Amino acid sequence: MYIYIQGTGCVSPQETAAGNTFPAAVLPWEGPRLKAWEPDYKQWIDVKLIRRMSRVIKMGVAAAKLSLQEAGVEIPDAIITGTAYGCLDDTGVFLSKMINQQEEMLTPTAFIQSTHNTVAGQIALMLGCHAYNNTFVHKGFSFESALLDSIMILREGRSSSILAGAMDELTNHSFNILSRFDLYKKEPVTHEQLLKSTTHGTVAGEGAACFVLGTEKGPNTKAKLTGLTTLYKPAGKAEISPDITSFLAAHNCSQEEVSLVITGRNGDAAGDEWYEYVEDTLFAGKPVAGFKHLCGEYPTAASFGMWMGNRILAEQEVPAAALLKGTVPDHIKKVLIYNHYKQTHHSLILLTVC
Amino acid sequence: MEKLMAALKAQIVEQLNLQEVKPEDIGDDQPLFKDGLGLDSIDALEIIVLLQQHYGIRIANPEQGPEIFRSVRTIAEFITAHQTPK
Amino acid sequence: MHSDVWIAGGGVICGIGNNLSECLTAFERMEPGMAHMEYLHSVHRHTFPVVEVKVSNAILAGWTGMSEKISRTALLSSVAVQEAWKSTGLGDISQYRVGFVSANTVGGMDKTEDFFADYLLDPSKGHLSQVVHHECGAITELVADAMGIRHHISTISTACSSSANALMYGSRLIRNNMVDVVIAGGTDALTRFTLNGFNTLMILDPAACRPFDDTRAGLNLGEGAGYVVLISDALAAELPSSHQPWCRLSGYANANDAYHQTASSPDGTGNFLAMQGALEMSGIRPEDIDYINLHGTGTQNNDSAEGSAIARLFAPHYPPVSSTKSFTGHTLGASGGIEAVFSAWAVKEGVIYPNANFSKQMKDVPFSPVTKFSAGNQLQHVMSNSFGFGGNCSSLVFSKNEQS
Repeated sequence: MYIYIQGTGCVSPQETAAGNTFPAAVLPWEGPRLKAWEPDYKQWIDVKLIRRMSRVIKMGVAAAKLSLQEAGVEIPDAIITGTAYGCLDDTGVFLSKMINQQEEMLTPTAFIQSTHNTVAGQIALMLGCHAYNNTFVHKGFSFESALLDSIMILREGRSSSILAGAMDELTNHSFNILSRFDLYKKEPVTHEQLLKSTTHGTVAGEGAACFVLGTEKGPNTKAKLTGLTTLYKPAGKAEISPDITSFLAAHNCSQEEVSLVITGRNGDAAGDEWYEYVEDTLFAGKPVAGFKHLCGEYPTAASFGMWMGNRILAEQEVPAAALLKGTVPDHIKKVLIYNHYKQTHHSLILLTVC
Repeated sequence: MEKLMAALKAQIVEQLNLQEVKPEDIGDDQPLFKDGLGLDSIDALEIIVLLQQHYGIRIANPEQGPEIFRSVRTIAEFITAHQTPK
Repeated sequence: MHSDVWIAGGGVICGIGNNLSECLTAFERMEPGMAHMEYLHSVHRHTFPVVEVKVSNAILAGWTGMSEKISRTALLSSVAVQEAWKSTGLGDISQYRVGFVSANTVGGMDKTEDFFADYLLDPSKGHLSQVVHHECGAITELVADAMGIRHHISTISTACSSSANALMYGSRLIRNNMVDVVIAGGTDALTRFTLNGFNTLMILDPAACRPFDDTRAGLNLGEGAGYVVLISDALAAELPSSHQPWCRLSGYANANDAYHQTASSPDGTGNFLAMQGALEMSGIRPEDIDYINLHGTGTQNNDSAEGSAIARLFAPHYPPVSSTKSFTGHTLGASGGIEAVFSAWAVKEGVIYPNANFSKQMKDVPFSPVTKFSAGNQLQHVMSNSFGFGGNCSSLVFSKNEQS
């Protein structure tokens, strides 16, 4: 059974939500915090609902709506989301008030909106969708788990289109606290320099990307989701190579057949060594693209990578801003996305052109 | 009463984050829930806290909400009837 | 892909017992666990009873070999996971392809609350060690790492149905031959965040909760963890006769109420669809269900909606029903896992659990819950319901070992 990408939607620090195509120009950013470029949400969301929604909910709902529009699907057979942090803003609001007001005079809105499955629940509510609804919240595997659940349900053969996506937001509190964990660059950096950096740390990002996955081609289908796997805390770089080789073999794909490798390179010297190792040992001479200088680093950033991979296959072109090295072949057939989050959560996604 | 109702409208708009609703657009007798202003059970809980915060009135049973919160006027009447003089 | 998934064992810790055997004793003796807060520090400690695990973090840490400084949610999880694994007799865990799918609703919030109190005064303050496990997934990894599980780990958070959904996903991993064994369930410790959150919704009962009772006035929060061990057909066939599986997870379904962010629709549309879907997957009719472990939180809204949905699906053959939350309180992300252990054990031993504090039948529901403990019943199929915020409705069916 093939699994087709019927539609995609993406809200990110780039203007990806404007036309659902790869933006012509990169939106420049400064400092270690990238903020999502937000569309006018009222085109998708009733003002009565919008008033309670934090950014992550709006971003998620917008990406979901975009993907359903492109797929021409009104009501999917399942809604499955992944979010590592969930609704951080509402969590921070309720937590702060609870502490500052000594647990008195609290109101319910931030609490109920803080639940991790709020985005998936709101999408169901807006669509009137009574189908299966699930939310994965496992750090750097949140998105991958949502995809895997979708794939398994499609294989069961009773669903034809599933909405799967991931979303994470950055708030002032979360950025402050994550900065204290020494995750981000201390020196000034731009999108052009980030992925060439040899120092410690990266830049913080956020966003939402949704996909309608189905067992049949949709009117706008350009690619198939051929394979997906995750690897938790590999012992070392040497362990990842055989894993990639066997992953490709399991999906009848040789290393030569991979037209383009998209890596999760983020400018953090130690983390990027994994990508360099894989590029050098398995894919020497292959063109390589990156994406975290466009969306920043966050636990579900692989969803942006997959959105970009699908666009590349659709347009048969790698945006100049994304290409890191090598020459892209005339026909881009298979794209491998290799991402890791903080060196502990590794994932592989294989896309094939239709 | 007029002053109280005007204050209530502003507080409701702010507390419930009613974007695109101006306090003066809310009629004194306009139904607040369902087909009126479109508020729901969560808003009722927000208004309960609002009354506690601004007027020192406690509503222990949320079941009373729909009755008291029919309109801005019914809320104002409830406040007037229950507020202890300062 | 039509293979069965079996329950090879289970483990539970909650406010009525630190293991399954202690919980069963509490049911038999009609001893619900509601009490004053002892371990949670809240200004509401004299207002609302809770159902705490009556053990300190230091003791939990001693039992599990983990640090007492980590989140109570991880400590509770570890206790139940270890009991679950031990109960299977599967031996050395490293010889299998194992998945760990754990659910929780607020991750390491119990520690984040302490961190935030300092952090809000000065953003450079607060011990980072208290917030490093804030994410839901971090709780799962603490336990996975302690157990040496690497093949597949995941975390689900769909409010109060979270761990029922963990069983569904775990089952799918086995059916798709990703792994041979999945430890699936959930965990949640009491936190001020959730206590205050439910208090804003005005659905906490200042007395002991009375699920499916006409006088019900809300829920009591509890804490705990519960996990079952799901295994494949192939592995089940290899088990020695001394450790036969408890039962099969024969059916499950999740549906969305799509009515309101927190409230259930009056007729319980989502609840109905979840139960109907689970029955369909099991290949059985409503009258084949011999006992329902209700979601039964004790709130006006939930019990009416769930009652309506059951009436619509089961009339006129109502099986015995009860809410074990009348003993354990509502353990949120753990409840589906804890009740899955109770339900799977119910099939194995023919146990029907009592509903505590029941006095008056609900006016709008044509049946009332069982009030006495009994064992040795012939239970072929047991259903367990879990419903959560975001309209998230899940239903599981556990069935006797014989194929239907």
